[in-house]
Amino acid sequence: MSAGPVAQPTASADAPDLGLLLVPPPLRTGWRQVPARVAAMCVVELQKLRHDRTEVYTRAIQPALWLLIFGETFTRLKAIPTDGIPYLDYLAPGIIAQSAMFVAIFYGIMIIWERDSGVLTKLLVTPTPRAALVTGKAFAAGVKAVIQAVVVVLLAAVLGVAMTWNPLRLLGVVAVVVLGSAFFSCLSMTIAGIVLTRDRLMGIGQAITMPLFFGSNALYPVDLMPGWLQAISLANPLSYQVDALRGLLIGTPSHLLLDFGVLTLATALGITSASALLGRLAR
Amino acid sequence: MTIGPNDAVVCRGLTYTFRRGRRKGGDTKAVDGVDLTVRAGEVFGLLGPNGAGKTTTIRAITTLLPTASGMVRVFGHDAAGRRSEVRRLLGYVPQQLSADAGLTGRENVALFARVFDVPRAERSARVAQALAAVDLTEAADRSAGTYSGGMVRRLELAQALVSAPRLLVLDEPTIGLDPIARASVWERVDAVRRATGMTVLVTTHYMDEADRHCDRIALMDRGRIRALGTPEELKARVREQDAALPDPTLDDVFRHFSGRGLARGESAEGDFNDVRRTRRTANRVG
Repeated sequence: MSAGPVAQPTASADAPDLGLLLVPPPLRTGWRQVPARVAAMCVVELQKLRHDRTEVYTRAIQPALWLLIFGETFTRLKAIPTDGIPYLDYLAPGIIAQSAMFVAIFYGIMIIWERDSGVLTKLLVTPTPRAALVTGKAFAAGVKAVIQAVVVVLLAAVLGVAMTWNPLRLLGVVAVVVLGSAFFSCLSMTIAGIVLTRDRLMGIGQAITMPLFFGSNALYPVDLMPGWLQAISLANPLSYQVDALRGLLIGTPSHLLLDFGVLTLATALGITSASALLGRLAR
Repeated sequence: MTIGPNDAVVCRGLTYTFRRGRRKGGDTKAVDGVDLTVRAGEVFGLLGPNGAGKTTTIRAITTLLPTASGMVRVFGHDAAGRRSEVRRLLGYVPQQLSADAGLTGRENVALFARVFDVPRAERSARVAQALAAVDLTEAADRSAGTYSGGMVRRLELAQALVSAPRLLVLDEPTIGLDPIARASVWERVDAVRRATGMTVLVTTHYMDEADRHCDRIALMDRGRIRALGTPEELKARVREQDAALPDPTLDDVFRHFSGRGLARGESAEGDFNDVRRTRRTANRVG
């Protein structure tokens, strides 16, 4: 049986110094808590990617094929009216948004995996508000998506797409990609909080990805769609993301203020709903 | 009811029912009126078979359950109402292997230093001390994916220790480990407790571990505490009440108070998820 409680650490020649483990860290409160948690989650995401870059490479394959096969073919077909812009140029921002969405839309599976492996429970037992945890995860998805976007931008540049290299505009692109991914990862985490199992989430993820992608302006202008689909596209955050990316990257007329407004609002709603449902996963 | 200044955890009338539809077997009362007090500085063991209610009790104490009926206080803070204050005092190691295999040992601990707001200036020193406390200094910069089961458990202990918790909660910390790894985990828990004086609340299936390492134990079965005391007190009570057992083990004690044994095969309790979680953890460490 172990000895009774000891208030002070016992000094011993071979015992390591544990002085700091006796003092709880100072309390950080208020608004500074959220950015600190977001930074912690983003750092972890970057550390993981640094150790294993396979995901960056394998995830680059699909957007590359979209640009190479679909893009090159439809450039020749000239079937889609793009106001005089080469179709590949028109398509590239859509593919950036799509590949970022694909990273984010399965983030809920990661949350379920973290629930099954105890990681989520352990994080929920730390003094981290649920909204801060969800925001952290959402922005970590954004970090991953930005890396993905860099790959697509470079690939598009190699294929001869005329894009801006204005650093301010590129910064805007980063912001749009992060916001879009944050929204789609929150959507996925919200669904995870409702369906609770990986299999159901996989099914729903696949079911919503297709209409989100084809019901947006990623591949063709919204004007080409039937009226009912145009109405759906109006409520699809991916359309606003693509509109902003197109405006920033290739200079097409866009509605940046509206786009940023819709994406910010959608992300805020996503964070609210995902954090409200997060506790269900830990029960 | 009074809470003494030396009480780390106080549960009174803790009851929790899982609501399920009839198709899933109906409502299950996982914890049914649990009263227990964990004194500051002691190692308190919660023992019982799968499905006894140990993990649900731990979840109530670690603020993970929505409001249960009854009362749970951790160092005087209400675990249902003052969750943030309680969480600040807790170090928690869940039953599953929860270290991230995609990160190094040091990065795993640093994440918890960050979420507990350890200032940047002392972060790396504190992380190094937590790793040293569990004897992982040399392996700290290796990927946690290359660690043995016992090393992962010790890494999780370091993650819990980095925030200097007053209450360390360990849910089946040695499940699935071989005897040498089990001993190494307990050796570190004992050493850290001697060095810091923190309170340890541990659940386990293993009676021999509880006998050797716990100051006091509560035997739990079917959602209720069947007996509570030091291992010696409980054995003495059985000796007094049952002349056929002059030298009872804790397993005999459990059988005496719950009417059945804890040995394999005699306590096939716990739902599908309990058993799956236990097996999955055992598979991953083994």
